[in-house]
Order: sequence, then structure tokens, then C-alpha cells
Amino acid sequence: MENFEPEIVAFCCHYCAYTAADMAGSKRISYPSNVKIIRVPCTGKVDAIHLMKALEKGADGVYVAGCLAGDCHFKNGNFRAEARVNRVKKILTELGWEPERVAMFNMSAGMGEQFAKIAREFTETIIKLGPGPGKRTGATDRAAS
Amino acid sequence: MNTESRLEKILTSGELAVTSECGPPRGARPEKVKEKAALLKDHVDGINVTDNQTAMVRMSSFAAGIIIKQMGLDPIMQMVSRDRNRLAMQSDIIGAYAFGINTMLCLSGDHAKFGDHPMAKGVFDIDSVQMISMVRRMRDEETFQGGAKIDGAPKMFIGAAANPFADPFELRVMRLAKKVKAGVDFIQTQCIFNLDKFEAWMKGVTERGLDEKVHILAGITPMKSVGMARYMKNKVPGMDIPDAVIKRLEGVSKEQQPEEGIKMAVESIERIKQIKGVHGFHIMAIEWEEKVPQIVEQAGLYPRPKV
Amino acid sequence: MITAEQKPMQEIIQYIAPYRKILLVGCNECVTVCAAGGRKEVGLLASALHLNHLKQGKTIDIKEITLERQCDPEYVEELAPYIDGVDAVVSMACGCGVQTIAGRYKKSPVFPAVNTRFMGASLGQGVWAERCKGCGDCVLGITGGICPVARCSKHLFNGPCGGTSNGQCEIGPETDCAWRLIWERLKELGMESRYEDLMNAKDWRPGGAAGPGKIIREDLA
Repeated sequence: MENFEPEIVAFCCHYCAYTAADMAGSKRISYPSNVKIIRVPCTGKVDAIHLMKALEKGADGVYVAGCLAGDCHFKNGNFRAEARVNRVKKILTELGWEPERVAMFNMSAGMGEQFAKIAREFTETIIKLGPGPGKRTGATDRAAS
Repeated sequence: MNTESRLEKILTSGELAVTSECGPPRGARPEKVKEKAALLKDHVDGINVTDNQTAMVRMSSFAAGIIIKQMGLDPIMQMVSRDRNRLAMQSDIIGAYAFGINTMLCLSGDHAKFGDHPMAKGVFDIDSVQMISMVRRMRDEETFQGGAKIDGAPKMFIGAAANPFADPFELRVMRLAKKVKAGVDFIQTQCIFNLDKFEAWMKGVTERGLDEKVHILAGITPMKSVGMARYMKNKVPGMDIPDAVIKRLEGVSKEQQPEEGIKMAVESIERIKQIKGVHGFHIMAIEWEEKVPQIVEQAGLYPRPKV
Repeated sequence: MITAEQKPMQEIIQYIAPYRKILLVGCNECVTVCAAGGRKEVGLLASALHLNHLKQGKTIDIKEITLERQCDPEYVEELAPYIDGVDAVVSMACGCGVQTIAGRYKKSPVFPAVNTRFMGASLGQGVWAERCKGCGDCVLGITGGICPVARCSKHLFNGPCGGTSNGQCEIGPETDCAWRLIWERLKELGMESRYEDLMNAKDWRPGGAAGPGKIIREDLA
């Protein structure tokens, strides 16, 4: 537990958070390598099942990073994503898992600093929560199957 | 004259009728029915017995009606379509009539949502208009709703409610016309606080000549306090309480509010007496039955005619 | 369409607690459209059930399959190759689908994962409202296309009742008074005079009062 290195999946919108991550990199602003970024054309494309499967297959935390309110290139993809994140939070609560394992963040393409800060803070949160569902007993043989 | 109903006799004689109501107790306490009815006995021509009012379980209007009948008084049995299908209604009607209950009121009933059994399935097999037709046919054609002949038909004097204040307002006279077409004999209106609107409704009623086909009893409720007025304004569906009513009650001390409420009720009766087509008053003093005699007397409606 | 909503997770979990191999069956029809029991929801529920078992350090085998129509024996037959390999079936279809499976595979316990709600129409993304009670004797032709059976809280045929407030039903401001709607529509159509026609007491037999309904089409049967 002391050496717990969480695996975190971040679904990042191509138009904002993904570019922000890029900017963080080019500005040499460090953020935890635990965060694995998946670029999506719009966070509206991220479905509840993607978040659930990530947790099931071994991620300890998952978040979606989309555009600021009103800035979505596809009008309201970021709001849809937020609604889905909330739905997954509800499912996790019903199952007795911590809803904090999933989260929604909003940022613009220029917010490299902000991206790194969120990545750090979310990683901290997950370290406190400990290993996720997919890391528990029995998970390995299922993941393999 | 179609029935033995005392209310019908009074109305046919051309006198202003007075009815009031008694909510049965929430338990098997016949003495409570008797106490309430005794308060009203010399001052009214009929006592409405509510049927699970506001969708709260109470002693049945049928049973409480019998208790009142056995006191030598005249119950008006209310029946809501929420709780009974047409079989249960008809059997209760002939049962009630067998005990001498000859006047009834056909209602849809408040939705179960408002009561203490919101999980209950509302029956609503027939609606209030269809209930009027059914009871009229039982009386005049001696036939059950299903078509079979009745051996010993119940001769009910048939009442219904009308709410001149619910919307759409333009439908309110038309809906009354439907009840008249279905065969209703008398109407008791919702409590009247907005007299201007009631006058407008009555104008529509008389213009169509409906007042010649049905006896309209104006609903009167004395306000006990400004709190009650506010509650009725905000919480009771289909109520129209003008701000002036609330202001007037606010204008007197808390101790004086009940007396002011009674004064307002009496003033309303005096004004409504002048409206063409009104044939009587239905005084609903909610949990305040003891004040009915005072209102009847102060409004010049006492003594009640002997028929 | 028939609308449904997923049951509380704990209820589903309790149903399947004794079993290790589950066949989780969705339906491509109504429950897909109302996002209660289509392919997506099957995936999501399967994932949730896995997460639940992982919490308890157990595993569960879930075979996911979504049929074209669960209320049709022809499609339900497609489960035959899998049925012997599972301990129980969980259906995400409406009650009609659950019963078609239960009737065909008599040895497998079948559990519903959704609550069937009503026959309704979509009012917009993610919103459905009741529109039909299946009363078996449609009156929409004389009520301006608005159903008093499904949309009046008291199923009044000669409404509105006295509880209408600001054009809304007495049960709450979020429910339109059906008779206000009927009246407005009759006016638009210039059919106001229809309002005063008495509607007679309804014969409830075609809508279920005569016992479970059945349609037999001789030309097709």
C-alpha cells in the first residue's frame, strides 16, 4: 500500500485539455506520470461504459477533462460528459465504491498549469483512496480471460 | 317532486336552503358524528357527510349518514369516484336508501396523493358526471347502470359540486351544463371568497337558463384565522382567495380574527343573496361546526322553514 | 413505446447473488430507445456487476447478448445455445420480454433488471411521458387527440375536475391538466361544441377488465 502507484486514465478533449497537457509538457510543468491520457475529439464522445470499463480493467481513478462551459466545439459535449460522470458516480455509490474515483474537469487549451495541478490533485485523491476495483482479488484472472 | 328529500322540499318551496357538513371521525367513534350533527340540527336542512375527504381514511359516509339519519336529521351522503367502482357505488346507494338516506352528492374526489394512503390505486371507474347519470337512471328508470331492473329503486335527490374558480374559467359554466344534462338536481359550490368571480360565473349560468334547471347552493366557509386563509390560498387546489381577504384578517388582532372571519362569511351571504339563481347556502365550517348556527342566524336564515 | 427504468442496483445484486454464470439479455426495441435495456445498458450493467463482485473479491461470468426483440419467440430462440451454460438469466427488456424468456427456458431462473413503467412518447432528449393506457377503445378522435385516460390523473371522461390550478393538474404543477389541453385543442379545431357531449361510462373490458387481453388474427395465425 505504501508504494501504491495508481493508474489513472484521463479522457481529454482534443480542443482543450489535450492541448493544455501538451502545453504543460512544453513548459516543463511536471505532472504525475500515473495519468494516462486518452485523446477524444470531444468529451461528449466519452460514454459511461468507457469510465466503467477503465475501472473494471484496473484503473484506480478516471477523469474527463473538457472545455470550459460554453466553449465546447460541439455545443454541449462537455455538459453531456459531466452528466455521464455523475451517472457513473451514482452507480459507484450504489455499489459501495468511492464516487471520487471518477471526476469531471473543465479547462481551456491555454491552461497548462491548471492541467498539471488537476493531475496532481486527482492523483493525490486516488492515492488516499487506495487501489481501485480492478486491483482487488480475482481481478487478474478476469482481466486475462 | 321526485324524492322524499327534505332539501328538495325546501328548494321546491322557493325558500333559500341551508346545508352544512360534518366530516366523519378517523375511528369508530359514533359519538363524534352525533356531537357534530347535534350542533347543526336546528339550523340546516341537510348535513353533508364527507367521503374520505382529502383522501384520508375516515368512517364511511354511508355509516356516518345512518347515524345522522337515526338522530332524525337529514344526511347528504357524499360519494367519490376515487374509492369505488360502479358495483360498490350502486350497492352503497341502495343500502343507504334502505336506511332512509335520500340525498347524495356525486364527486370525483381529491386525488389519493393528498391523503394518508398516497400509494393507493384510485378507482375512477366512472367520473362524477357519469355517476350523476347512473343515480338518476337508478331513480327514474329503476335500472342499474348495467341495464338490469332494480326491485326497490333508490329515489335519491342528486347533488354535485361545482368550482367556479378552477380554470379554464370559460369551461366552468359548460361543465355545469354537462352535469345538468346528466340529471343533477342541486349543486353545492366550492367555497366562495372571490365574489366578483362568482358573480361572473352566475351570470353565465343564468344566461344559459341553467339556474332554472338546477338549484345552486353557494359555498361559504368562515375563516378561523389569517393562517388558515394563507394555507387555503397556497395549498388547497382550486381555491381562489383574493388578497383583500387576507389583508382584512391581518388588519385585526389574532384574538379577533375568528369573529372577523364569521362577519365576512355573513357579509358574503348577504351579498350572494342578491345574485339571481342562487337558491341557498352550503356552509362548510371546517372543524368549526359550532359556529354554523351563529352564521345562519346572523345571515337572517333562521328559523329554518318546516316542510 | 414501452418505457422502463433500471431497477436499483442492490435489488439486481440480490437476485443474482446465488449464481456464478449469468446471461444478461438486452432488447433492441423500446428499452433501447428509452436507454433502459439496450446493448449499451447491458454493457454498463455487466460492468457494474463485475465491479460489485470485485469488491467482494469474487468473480462472476456474464455473457452479454442483446436480442432484436425479446417479446418474440423467434428471437428468444437465439438464447438456446447459451442457456445450458448459465445459472440464471437477467433480462433488461420490459415485462413482456422477461416472460417470453421465462416461458421458453423453463429450467433457468429469469430476473428482471428493469421496471417497466408505461406506454409513452419522447418529449425530448432523455424525457418520456405517459401517453396511452391501452384501454382498448380509443377516444382520441373525440378528445382532440389528447387522452383523458392516460393523461388525466382521475381518468375523467367529462373533466376537468375542480382541482385545476393555473392550467395544471391538482397533483402538481409539473403535470398538465389533460382537460385544459383537450379544451384548448377543441377550440383550435373549432370543435368547442363537442365539449358538452356527455361521454358515457366506459366499458373497461377491452382494456383488461375482461381478463388478460389477447388478439388472434385468423388471417395471420
